[in-house]
Amino acid sequence: MRITRINTVTAEVELDKVDLASIDSLIDKYRSKKGNMIPILQGVQAVYGYLPREAFDKVSKETTLELSDMYGVATFYSQFRLAPVGKHIIKVCHGTACYVQNAKSLTTALQDRLKIKDGETTPDNLFTLESVACLGCCSLAPVIMVGDETFGKLTGDSAVKIIRDIKRQNQ
Amino acid sequence: MNDIKVIVGLGSCGIAAGANKVYNKLLDIQESENLTFDLKKTSCIGMCYREPLVEIIDENGSYMYGDIDADKAAEIIEKHVKNHEPIKDYVVKADTFKTVDNTFTDDQVKIVLRNCGYIDPEKIEEYEAREGYEAMKNIAKNGTSRLDIIQTILDSGLRGRGGGGFPTGLKWKFANANKSDEKYIICNADEGDPGAFMDRSVLEGDPHSVIEGMIIGAYAIEASGGVIYCRAEYPLAIKRLEIAIKQARERGYIGKDIFGIKGFDLDIYIKEGAGAFVCGEETALIASIEGERGMPRRRPPFPAASGLWKQPTNINNVETLADIPWIINHGAEEFAKYGTDKSKGTKVFALAGKIKRSGLAEVPMGMTIRDVIFKIGGGIQNDKKFKAVQMGGPSGGCIPEHLLDTIVDYDSVNATGAIMGSGGMVVMDEDTCMIDVAKFFLNFTKQESCGKCTFCRIGTKRMLEILTRITEGDGKEGDIEKLEELAYQIKDSSLCGLGQTAPNPVLTTIKYFRHEYEAHIHDKKCEAKACTKLLTYEVVAENCTGCTICAINCPTNAIDGGRKEVHFIRQDACIQCGACFTKCKFDAIKIY
Repeated sequence: MRITRINTVTAEVELDKVDLASIDSLIDKYRSKKGNMIPILQGVQAVYGYLPREAFDKVSKETTLELSDMYGVATFYSQFRLAPVGKHIIKVCHGTACYVQNAKSLTTALQDRLKIKDGETTPDNLFTLESVACLGCCSLAPVIMVGDETFGKLTGDSAVKIIRDIKRQNQ
Repeated sequence: MNDIKVIVGLGSCGIAAGANKVYNKLLDIQESENLTFDLKKTSCIGMCYREPLVEIIDENGSYMYGDIDADKAAEIIEKHVKNHEPIKDYVVKADTFKTVDNTFTDDQVKIVLRNCGYIDPEKIEEYEAREGYEAMKNIAKNGTSRLDIIQTILDSGLRGRGGGGFPTGLKWKFANANKSDEKYIICNADEGDPGAFMDRSVLEGDPHSVIEGMIIGAYAIEASGGVIYCRAEYPLAIKRLEIAIKQARERGYIGKDIFGIKGFDLDIYIKEGAGAFVCGEETALIASIEGERGMPRRRPPFPAASGLWKQPTNINNVETLADIPWIINHGAEEFAKYGTDKSKGTKVFALAGKIKRSGLAEVPMGMTIRDVIFKIGGGIQNDKKFKAVQMGGPSGGCIPEHLLDTIVDYDSVNATGAIMGSGGMVVMDEDTCMIDVAKFFLNFTKQESCGKCTFCRIGTKRMLEILTRITEGDGKEGDIEKLEELAYQIKDSSLCGLGQTAPNPVLTTIKYFRHEYEAHIHDKKCEAKACTKLLTYEVVAENCTGCTICAINCPTNAIDGGRKEVHFIRQDACIQCGACFTKCKFDAIKIY
């Protein structure tokens, strides 16, 4: 079980920062559909990048979904996050093929460079570092994914270089 | 030049290797120079180790170019397309001459991957041009009965390619026999096994074959609802599936009274998984579609009787469904021609790890594992020594060298303690520590255990603690026996496949690599030099130049010695981080 995920600290976000109106259409779309909980949560996360507490409350008020059920589902699946994430999410693949090709060294190098641990976000909100199971690009192992872009056959140094380039583009 | 085709492989791997840049370069050249060659896209071609791949088809046949970048692409256009002079140095496979990579393709039989790399997956007409939707059209035209279809699948001997190996025809028969106004067919595309990527490649490369397989299945069992449960980690596969479903709907292949059969209504939609390995299990997958936590349910009732929304439901894997149209088109005997007594047809393997040619290989059942790895896969990277091949992901096991002549079929692979699984083959060489491998998988199953069954939830954690202890040099007498005891308890007391198979990686490594466990526990040694805490670092006096770089980089100041003096590592202060070893430019640090 992903105990660590349950312990994730929910961030204190000021109410006015979360624009709750932006999920109205989503709720309308799925309100009466059966099996709607996961699509709603996925939709909420697509809007905010994570699942804000206020959105939970709003969804539960406007649909028949129970708050406890939603929290149960949100903490069960690895896709859902309860805290805000950085602009770029770095997913380091730790599937078998990447593991055999030393994916550990990528995580270590990125942790050293970004000065954050696995699952954390940099103070400038630019990067979130995550270890994930297989990304399905095993022939290019070890692999990382930044946003929707995949980079393969990396070493600790080349992984850090990718991050450096992204950082430069953001300056 | 009009009849020269230039085809770029744009699967996930290809794109990650830079295929988009190659495609854009080709497009640029075509537009700026007003060239008339036919520039096309396709998906995964299978030779992932040579990505990005560009295929040129001219009057002499096909030339597959590998490891192509924008510059090489320009060169190919200049020499091959304009002047008809193929650049043999870049060709990895050709119709007219042999290359070193021929052994990768020579023994493959493409049934599942029949269209992958040949068609543009975003164009339905290209699928139709290669027997696409013919199978279902013929069923409608000939009025083939549902039971006849099921009999054909039974006769073909097709077994579930997701890993279970249950006869597909039998599954359909059960679902067909349970009467209800509402039935479902689900495509399990939640390819969670780390190290397996064949389903992704099929979905990205030939989505229509899966959809047609679902339509035939839906007809056979009288289902009116279809769901493709696909991992969210596969954005490209989802995009191409969406396009394919839309096209099929426009053609009237999905919808009401489809294929002219009155009353045959079918709707298919995609359900994105949210990241939980356990959802590969049928009942957990159903719970997830229903919007709940993906926890397995007790069987019976089996999904064939009471599945999604408590209605009869049939679940098949991507590869299984992609086989179906081919079997209907070519007949059960043609399919059963390949394979062994109890395992018919072909199987796609995803070759990865320390293998020279990683990629997708579809081989007839019955080929030896040795042939798959050494003939097709080309052997081990850097010509190191083969140690084991991991089959079946976290539910599988490690097969050692002396069992390499085991043939690939469900029963033979099961007999080794591993499983066929979805077809991932991760090859390991002498640098891989088998206890570390077992630990890696246990860490995965511990995290992915849904928590319902106590033994799976807590047992995997306890086993992981013991393995961690062993790799850190704190292994105790009796640890191996304790691991075995826990393993059997977890297997016996878990509800679903995840728990029942989670201890397999540990059991097979104990069975075949017991000496490594013993060396870790008794001698505190790791022969693969992977468990850092068991290593000792020493300076090789004759190689040391006294450059001080190791001392500067040592985080605990455990290295003494002045400039131009031989250095010395104080073992009591060394934390075995390996910084000195990686920084030393003179091979003056020895590990043992």
